[in-house]
Amino acid sequence: MTNDFNNKRLMIGNDALCEGAVQAGCQCYFGYPITPQNEVPAYMSWRIPQVGGIFLQAESELAAINMVFGAAAVGARAMTSSSSPGISLKQEGISYLAGAELPCVIVNIMRGGPGLGNIAGSQGDYFQATRGGGHGDYRTICLAPGSVQEMMDLTREAFDLADRYRIPTLILSDGILGQMMEPVIFSNDLNLFDDLPEKDWALTGAKGRPPRVIKSLYMGEGELEERNWRLHDKHKRIEMEIPRCEYLNTEDAEFCLIAFGTAARVARSVVYLAEKEGINLGLLRPITLYPFPKRPIKELARKGVRFLVIEMNLGQMLEDCQLAVNGVTDVFFYGRPGGGIFNPEEILKVVKSYL
Amino acid sequence: MRPVFVRPNALKNVPFRFCPGCHHGIIHRLVAEAIDHFGILDRTIGIAPVGCAVFAYDYFSCDILEVAHGRPPAACTGIKRARPDLIVFSYQGDGDLASIGTAEIIHAANRGENITVIFVNNANYGMTGGQMAPTTLLGQKTKTTPKGRSASSDGYPLKVCEMLATLEGTTYIERVAVNNPGHTKEAGRAIKKAFKVQLENKGFSLIEALASCPTNWEMSPAQANMWIEEKMLKVFPLGIYKDTSETKI
Ligand SMILES: Cc1ncc(C[n+]2csc(CCOP(=O)(O)OP(=O)(O)O)c2C)c(N)n1
Ligand code: SF4
Repeated sequence: MTNDFNNKRLMIGNDALCEGAVQAGCQCYFGYPITPQNEVPAYMSWRIPQVGGIFLQAESELAAINMVFGAAAVGARAMTSSSSPGISLKQEGISYLAGAELPCVIVNIMRGGPGLGNIAGSQGDYFQATRGGGHGDYRTICLAPGSVQEMMDLTREAFDLADRYRIPTLILSDGILGQMMEPVIFSNDLNLFDDLPEKDWALTGAKGRPPRVIKSLYMGEGELEERNWRLHDKHKRIEMEIPRCEYLNTEDAEFCLIAFGTAARVARSVVYLAEKEGINLGLLRPITLYPFPKRPIKELARKGVRFLVIEMNLGQMLEDCQLAVNGVTDVFFYGRPGGGIFNPEEILKVVKSYL
Repeated sequence: MRPVFVRPNALKNVPFRFCPGCHHGIIHRLVAEAIDHFGILDRTIGIAPVGCAVFAYDYFSCDILEVAHGRPPAACTGIKRARPDLIVFSYQGDGDLASIGTAEIIHAANRGENITVIFVNNANYGMTGGQMAPTTLLGQKTKTTPKGRSASSDGYPLKVCEMLATLEGTTYIERVAVNNPGHTKEAGRAIKKAFKVQLENKGFSLIEALASCPTNWEMSPAQANMWIEEKMLKVFPLGIYKDTSETKI
């Protein structure tokens, strides 16, 4: 695959995300305006037609996610994006996509909530993004970019993961990362998985084969239970195969920050500040939020490392960290909700109070 | 001996499980006949809606996508935009299309999506046990209008064909019934026409079929057919509400 751009460009996160989708061969994008993700539909409206794809502004997020549902059902790579209130509306569709095992990519450029909240970057939708979000017993893969580069690269990869596991895949980002400008490098090596399964389930017309059905209704005795067990097996495979995190200075640290996305950017500065003051502070940044990288956290806990989880919410990923640590050491929390953001000095002070 | 009446290829060889006298079966058959007529079985995708027609995937022998309540026009949009070579039909009840899915049908119609919609108006919610639908007649008793629908609290029967015909995006809109052989023959012609419009890339077509729900209407099949003739036709007159298929290119 080629792209028209030079290898390195200065871009905002929301635009870089679109380029990631284009690199992945996304064929259809359906969206609806909401701040702070408006750059995504605007960029896609001109960019995706350039590569022969479809752009459509839907009448609502409900419609957009169901357009994705239709496009995914016929085997197309499809994406939608929104921000928190719009993602709530998409949950019905996400549940159906999960039930029907349709691959697609859903982007949430989070803003403050609950309700209409505000338009500042926030991490208040962690629970919704990592627990399924809609009704029923299901999970979706959830990736959390930490830079503009990752907005592009993880979005590209999200399409492959979705296809590999036949599962809706979320990009959980926020208004700060979406609007922030950074240099991005366009990779030349775009085929991450060349072993992706054939879409032998797609509705392509029953030509020379029996008719196919894509559905989420299982009314027969025990049918749905069996179906749910199958989804569960798939989730277990995902939990074995793809958890991912980034480590910074964790080798000899006795105290470690855990943060994702924008909060992890602040945490990185805290680590460097601490270093200057001779404090050994580590950072573990989950990149996959589902599956959550439990094992690395557990291993650090076994070595006696204590943790401070920092989030732009009131303690959501905190619960996954507590589950991973399981009482072996201390897990402290510092967070600010509703679009509030902390600075490195503020965090370092909190860290020092626990040392 | 030459058979004069056979099961269409587009229907599987299984008996319908609709209630006795229910018109869903007849309307399924007419859709199947249209698919056979144009020889498009191997490139048609149908929708199984939430409602009594959800088991469409057990009956039609084309590929079928089951879609959330009211969202078929959006899903059809996704299918048709991604694969314009496929023939797409939506099949929806009046709760699905005229209540929870009103936004989706209006906007798919207004965009002139090149799809065919079969809209089954049985004046109530069949699957959930006979509650009021937007199409319920004034005075009609349902599970949720025990004294009959009153305009002052429940509003008026929603006239989908009349409404969609006003949209510039629509190409072919017709209301039919299948309560007697004459009407059924006309309905078959209308459904074929609606598929033809899509096959010729002429845009959005919708056929509203007035249909019986004898179970929830608490009538015999024969009484239900009479009720359509005497009551429903007055509120929902049959006919072509819009046809710009000749002028569209
Ligand atoms: C979001 C949602 N709300 C409600 C229901 C429950 N429900 C199932 S079928 C149905 C009504 C179907 O009525 P209609 O569309 O008129 O079709 P019919 O059964 O009469 O053919 C409803 C409300 C549902 N499945 N999903
Ligand atoms: S409940 Fe009504 S619409 Fe449903 S199958 Fe029975 S008669 Fe038909």
